[in-house]
Amino acid sequence: MADTTKIDPELLVGDYTNRTMDATIGDIVLDQSTHNEPKIKTPVKGLFASPWQIMFGVGFLLLNVLLLALAMLLWNGIGVWGNNQPVGWGFDIINFVWWIGIGHAGTLISAVLLLLRQKWRNSINRFAEAMTIFAVMCAGLYPLLHTGRPWVAYWLFPYPNWLAMWPQFRSPLVWDVFAVSTYMTVSILFWYLGLLPDFATLRDRAKSRFAQIAFGAASMGWRGSAKHWARYEHASLILAGLSTPLVLSVHTIVSFDFAMGIVPGWNVTIFPPYFVAGAVFAGFAMVITFAIPLRKWYKLEGLITMKHFDWMAKVMLATGLIVFYGYIMEVFYAYYSGVSFELGLLANRLNLASSPYSWAFWLLILFNGIIPQVLWSPKMRQNLTVLFLVSASISVGMWFERYVIIPISLTRDYVPGSFGFYTPTVWDFAFFFGTIGLFLFLMFLFIRFLPMINIYEMKELLHEMQHQNGRSNGVAKGAAVSAKEEAH
Amino acid sequence: MSHGRDNRAKPYGVVAEYESGEALMVAAKQARAEGYRDMDAYSPLPVHGLADVIGFKDDRLGWIVFVHGVLGFVGGYLLQWWTSQGIAVPPGRLQTALSHNGLLPYPMNVGGKPLFSLPAFFPPAFETTILLAAFGATFGMFALNGLPKPHHPVFNAKNMARASSDRYCLCIEATDPRYDEDAVVEMFAGTGAISVERVMTSEGY
Repeated sequence: MADTTKIDPELLVGDYTNRTMDATIGDIVLDQSTHNEPKIKTPVKGLFASPWQIMFGVGFLLLNVLLLALAMLLWNGIGVWGNNQPVGWGFDIINFVWWIGIGHAGTLISAVLLLLRQKWRNSINRFAEAMTIFAVMCAGLYPLLHTGRPWVAYWLFPYPNWLAMWPQFRSPLVWDVFAVSTYMTVSILFWYLGLLPDFATLRDRAKSRFAQIAFGAASMGWRGSAKHWARYEHASLILAGLSTPLVLSVHTIVSFDFAMGIVPGWNVTIFPPYFVAGAVFAGFAMVITFAIPLRKWYKLEGLITMKHFDWMAKVMLATGLIVFYGYIMEVFYAYYSGVSFELGLLANRLNLASSPYSWAFWLLILFNGIIPQVLWSPKMRQNLTVLFLVSASISVGMWFERYVIIPISLTRDYVPGSFGFYTPTVWDFAFFFGTIGLFLFLMFLFIRFLPMINIYEMKELLHEMQHQNGRSNGVAKGAAVSAKEEAH
Repeated sequence: MSHGRDNRAKPYGVVAEYESGEALMVAAKQARAEGYRDMDAYSPLPVHGLADVIGFKDDRLGWIVFVHGVLGFVGGYLLQWWTSQGIAVPPGRLQTALSHNGLLPYPMNVGGKPLFSLPAFFPPAFETTILLAAFGATFGMFALNGLPKPHHPVFNAKNMARASSDRYCLCIEATDPRYDEDAVVEMFAGTGAISVERVMTSEGY
């Protein structure tokens, strides 16, 4: 079956050959001077003249904040967090959901766009998948630590034990354990599978003995056999088909953590689709946030083009509108239900004068609902500064979305006697910024040691585009016409 | 020491190097037409239709994934049924064995819901389905492809050095019943190959 989709010629800017494609992407990994003495320098002199060193340094610094907070938490218990009665879940669940959501773009780009034969995924899937894995790692930390005794976290899994103690499988929190651990595992498998042929390319390109051995071992002896490619492509397609329902199930189950509860504002059926859309929204925002500086620092403008940004911005706009619709529906549900508790919750969200957390709701509407509307303008979608700021605004907005859902509902439930307040402590913030540090640290290690763009898929794209050009450039104009006639 | 095994390097095949996937396709078609069967092609990116040309067909991976998926689904539900309801095992050797291995069920009434809560047990069963199917796809692919395999005789060919970058190679293997090294070299020379190389296995392979 011939793939007749026309590839947009703007997806690859510049003259590339297979060889220069290896050099453009592979040498970022093989040549350390791209990181230490980059062509694009920061205004700072000396050690911090390289953007990589600055970003890695910031990541490392914040990672140490995380370690400090971790030591504090393990020594004192989770009382160092601001969690209290009635807010048993605070920053930990907010940040858990925030990170998991950010991870979802990677799977969406690598799996869903593969199934839909969207060639523009080829330039961005690798580092988006890396983001997925690192974001899920950051997310996983929170529930793990919230158990209070993370060293017995294996109790979460069903394993044979003499207490005959099994998980309570009707609980969405147990579903979460299954969903997130499966998601992590499958994401790593998919990522590694994609890296396999690139490891072989790097193995053959590497000059140093160490790199040859390391990439040789990682490539598992991949030799590009046609028989292997046939099975390989089959496996990739199957994994994409498996990851697509998986990614939808993960955020659906995360939303069940709330939707299955009876707290006002949580028990709504719109949560699963609206959470999934929010995840894609947040994920694409983070992909753009990373792609804009990376393509500049590593001279990848030809591979990650303005067309990519245009399309990513459109995906962001579309999912943003779904999320905005979700916010409107939540308000409508509460109003239309006529239930006094739901109406009370609505007032707590909307009423700036008399309710303590309503500012968060209006910030959410501003960051997630109003600011992203500038993406309607094609000119704004092509302005990288605007795009970067809008993406940052979305990341902040998505954090506020979870903040609105959690403390507002929990501090005002059914019995006025159990009303309360929630104030995060300095350690809550230390964990939040600490996981951002962990994420940066891992991302920049990844950029240093692994190819951040899929080399063999870019070659495929290049080949298909050359093929397309060959046909349209009058090599066989007559043949093209007759092919058109055949199609009619 | 050879331990009675012939450790000498043996002819492995002939490798021809091409500029493009299209040239490789043409050569592979010609080799097939001349009756060669044991061959493999090496390319830096998948060349579509090449597997068909060299006469390769293998649908086992799909079945492996399917079986794993079914196992995951049934296994996921069985796990939840056994741990949440199970059957009352009468005292005896079976009960002792289960109890000593921590495998006895522990039925618990949670909110008056049925012990075997079919819809609530779906999410974990769904996840185990995906997990096992993904293992099947990844490790099935590795197993069928015979990976990891750090050393392979074809790596002895010097003209394979760029097969992971921008060159496309075709190898006719010595195991082919029609294999005659000189004839293969001659045929490749007529297909526009950049280079043609006779490849030996490594010693002791």
